[in-house]
Order: sequence, then structure tokens, then C-alpha cells
Amino acid sequence: MSNRTIIPFGPQHPVLPEPIHLDLVMEDELVVEAIPRIGWVHRGLEKLVEKKDFLEMTYVAERICGICSFIHGLTYCHGIEQIMNIEVPIRAHFLRTLWSELSRIHSHLLWLGLVADAFGFESLFMHSWRIREKVLDIIEATTGGRVIFGSAKVGGTRRDIDNEMLKRIIAQVTEIEKEMKEISQTFLNDYSVQQRLKGVGILSKADANMLGAVGPMLRASGINQDMRKLNYAAYGHIDWEPVMAQDGDCFARVEVRVGELFQATDMIRQVIEKMPEGPVDVKVTGSPNGEFFARTEQPRGEVIYYLKGNGSKNLERMRVRTPTFANIPAITKILPGIQLADVPMMLLTIDPCISCTER
Amino acid sequence: MTYLAKSPWIIHYDATSCNGCDIEVLACLTPMYDVERFGIINTGNPKHADIFLITGSVNEQNVKVVENIYNQMPNPKVVVAIGICATSGGIFRECYNVLGGVDKVIPVDVYVPGCAVRPEAIIDGVVKAIGVLEEKHTQMKKGAAKS
Amino acid sequence: MIEEQKLIEIIPSELVAKVRDMFVEQYRLVQIGCTKLPDRIEINYSFDKNYQFINYRLILANDKVEVPSVSSVYWNALFYENEIHDLFGLNIVGIVLDFKGTFYETKEKYAFATCPPPIEPVIKTTPVVNIKEKGKPQ
Repeated sequence: MSNRTIIPFGPQHPVLPEPIHLDLVMEDELVVEAIPRIGWVHRGLEKLVEKKDFLEMTYVAERICGICSFIHGLTYCHGIEQIMNIEVPIRAHFLRTLWSELSRIHSHLLWLGLVADAFGFESLFMHSWRIREKVLDIIEATTGGRVIFGSAKVGGTRRDIDNEMLKRIIAQVTEIEKEMKEISQTFLNDYSVQQRLKGVGILSKADANMLGAVGPMLRASGINQDMRKLNYAAYGHIDWEPVMAQDGDCFARVEVRVGELFQATDMIRQVIEKMPEGPVDVKVTGSPNGEFFARTEQPRGEVIYYLKGNGSKNLERMRVRTPTFANIPAITKILPGIQLADVPMMLLTIDPCISCTER
Repeated sequence: MTYLAKSPWIIHYDATSCNGCDIEVLACLTPMYDVERFGIINTGNPKHADIFLITGSVNEQNVKVVENIYNQMPNPKVVVAIGICATSGGIFRECYNVLGGVDKVIPVDVYVPGCAVRPEAIIDGVVKAIGVLEEKHTQMKKGAAKS
Repeated sequence: MIEEQKLIEIIPSELVAKVRDMFVEQYRLVQIGCTKLPDRIEINYSFDKNYQFINYRLILANDKVEVPSVSSVYWNALFYENEIHDLFGLNIVGIVLDFKGTFYETKEKYAFATCPPPIEPVIKTTPVVNIKEKGKPQ
């Protein structure tokens, strides 16, 4: 038996935009065991509920993470609305769906770029991010922000989009779709991409379920589960089916996310076509008294907000379990057996978002 | 020594940030803003870097990492605090686990506020940092000539 | 449109057996979350299978009570349990990979172990200003 070495990976590492640390127990080039350590981004924001009232917490929720920012805000508002029995106007539901899907496209393009960078395909990285800027343009035109939208609000949305702008969004999305088709051809058919991704880091169907994986990780392993099927926002009003893949390897995860890009553009079109007229928010009176587990689907998977109020302005507890936290067990289980050179890419395939994880 | 101003290399570290500013830093390097055309390259190695872009409000566990990166950078070096969290702690200022600002740990030369910072502002900040870098360099040369 | 959320209260001694039943039924462990309240501590174990959402709620009188670990059943529970140990200071016994308090290294240890006292309802009264006193030099 050869000697074992422990290689520390992170927290500051060229492929990681965020700090996470792994102790990789190596036997020559092969990983035998991986032990994660987190805590570099832990701020303790759940404790802020004691200092900020339940309406102010919307802003904190949006800043848990800069990538899935809007859906964090949405989930928080959804939870509060369920506790307080607030009937949100239907147009607000549609607008929320529209912004959710726009952020899904922006997040997936960002991830596709990063994973391309991790396997050394620099131009693909640049192209993904170039297209992503066009999505950000739509977001900026409709919300004023590029990454933090500030559009979620308990009782509806803070902004409306006029019908002329909605028409323009359809035109822009069609153009974006055309460009996404080009890069997805490379992601799905290119020889060197397949060489790096196919058969690497297989997560079996049973493991995915028992290790509590969520989102594209789960769906790439052949489990049909997407929290949008719970029909929050306007997902019950449009036709769609979760995107699935069967192989459970890195390539399958790319397939799922590429599929979701086009699913999102399709959803945006449906949402705009079916967009009802009416107000976008209702007045909120009183304070939340009760508890609710709000579950929604972020680009990275299921997020769950546990909210508990006691009738005062400040919530008693806000607990956030984000998709990356749920995917860390899966990644630590599939790392053993792969080569050191594949570790950065493997880690990226869960689409890690550490600031979400540690809050 | 005018070559310094022409291709400053940057290193980026996320010190307890929410990601928003980090992806904007990365966005600066991609085709839309493309700072690489000015010779600015994002490097992962502190010893190659002239400008340290740091985001986030810095928590206890990060202090050592930040100091480590800072100490490994060769002189002259410039620190740019990106985003309101790095500047003052921002919305997370009251959290129990953050120090509230990069300047509590290492000296900061340029502050770029915003939540999240726009790429244009980041580029402005880096341009300002290049000026500071140049100045520090001249001072270093003067100091070397005296001794 | 609201999903059904089942909530079942349990006691520490039956926890592991209940969780094992869920494992056999192939439920996915969604999360384990702890809530500190003025008079008790609640731990929620959430499970999901085909969008059926079930919560087991463990109620503890105080933070001295030993909580058995479920990480020998659901391996991924160890991350949640280490988190609860580091943030709430609960005594969870038998975690398969115990970080022993190094999972989160926070400035303030067991930051969530305290909770603010129950807030009294605010009674709005108009402040009485004593005009005579106001004129007095301090």
C-alpha cells in the first residue's frame, strides 16, 4: 500500500470564487477520503431576526446570496404570506415567476461558464458570461439591480413591468435563446468536454436520495423532483415538466442545467403571454403568528425556510437550509476514487454557493 | 518604471461576502467589460499580484487567511475594499460573527461602496488603485535611494 | 395551493426508531433545524417523498438533555447535527463524524443558545412633559 498524504484544498483557491476547505486524503493521485470544513462565510444572519422586523428581513434574505438573491427573497415572502394568510395578487405571482426564471438562466449560465473554466475551456467560459450579460440587461431594465434585485416584498412585488417592456423581453429572450443554442451544442457534443465529464463522479439514484441531494444533482441521477411542482408563485398556471437525466455523472448534471436554460425561456414566454392585469401588491397589516416551512426551487435546488413568529414584529426564528448545504454530503461521498486533477471540476458540479450554505 | 501602471495583476478573495460582489468582480473580466484588454489579469497566486480586491465583511475565521494573502503579496501593494460589506459591514454589520469591514484587519487604500457593486464602479476603483500603486512605487524608490 | 405539512411530536427515546422507519420508507432527509424558545428547545426533522412533507418535532426541556444522533441512519445528518452542536451548544451523542465544535468556528460560542426574552406588547402612552422642570438648568 502506498503512503497516504493529506492535501489541503482551499479556502483560497484559483477555481473557487468562494472559500471552502477540503482535507483530501490521497493515495498517489487518487482521493481516498474528503473531509469538508466550512465557516469562512458564516455571518450568523439568522440571528438578525432579533434586531430587524419581519419586513426588513426581506432585504437580509435577498442578501443571503448574490446569485439566487431573488428566489431567497421570494421564499421568505412566500413563507410570511402563508403564516399571515395574505392573498397575493395574481399579477405579482406571475412577475415573481418571470424574475425567478430570469435568475435561473443567469445562474445556470454563470455556472456553465465556471465549469468550462474548471475543465480548461476558456473561450466557452467567456461566451457563457457574454450571454449572461444580456440576461442581466433585462434584469437591470426591470428591477434596477444587476444581481440583487430588491423586487420581492411581503404581499407582492415592489415593481411592475409594463406591457411594452414585456413584449421587448420576449424579443430579447428569443435572441438569447439563439445564442444559448450555440454554446449548448459545444457543451453537449464537443469531444473534449465529453472526455472530461462523462463517467466522472457518478452519484447513483439510491445514493442521491439517501444523501439528501437536491436540485439538478438529484434530477441528474434520475429522480423526478422539482419544488416548482408545489405550485408556489405562478408555476401552477404554466405547462412544464422537470428536466431529467439518468446517468448521474458530471455530464448528466450539465445536461440537466442546459435543459433548464431552455425550459426557463419557455416559461418566460408562457408567463408573459398569460400575464394577467391588476395590482402587484396588497397592504400588509399585523404581524406573523405561526410557523411555516417554505420550500422553493432555486437554480441549485430546493431551499427551505423555516419561519416562526409569535405575533410580534420580530420573528422568533428564521432557519434557512440552502441547496448547497444539502449537496455537500453527496459531494463528499463521490469524491473518493477520483483523481486530484478532477477535484476542482467535481466540486463545481454541485454548483457550490458557500455564502448560502453558511449564512 | 512606468510599466507597473500598464499591467497590474489582481487577486480576489471572498472574505465572508454574499457572492453578489464576487460575481461582479468576475464579470469585469468577461467580454462585456473585459479589463484584460488593459493588461489586468486575475491571478490565484498572491505573489503575482499587485492589487488585492477583497469583498465581504470578514469573519473571525477569515482573518488569518486575509492576513496571509496580504503578507504574501510583494511590495508595493494596494488593497481595494469592494462593496459596502467590505467597507463598513453593510446590512450584516449587526451580525454576531462579522468584524464589519476589511480595514479592521489590513490597511485599505481604496473603498468602493455599493450593494452589489456595479462593474463600472469596480473598474473605477481599480483605476484609482493603479494611481495609489504608482505613488507607493515612487515613494519606495525614494526610500531606496536615500539608504 | 398550500402544501400539506404534517407535524408529529416525538420524545428523544423514540427518535432513532422513527427516523429509521422513514429511511426504510425511502424518505429523503430534507433538513434538521433547531429552534430555541424561551421555555423549550425544538428540533425539527423534515422528510420528503414525492412532495409529501413530514416533520418530526423533538421537544427538549433544556439544553442539557442528551439527543441521540441519527447520523448512523442518514449519513448526511451529521452535517446538520454538527451545526446544531456548534450554534446551539446541544449535546448530541454518537455522531458518526464529530467535528467536536470545529465545524463553525464562531467568534461567539453557541451564539444561538440564548434567545431574547418574550417581548411585552408595547403600550403607547403620550409622554408627560413637566414644563416647570424643562426650564430648569441641568
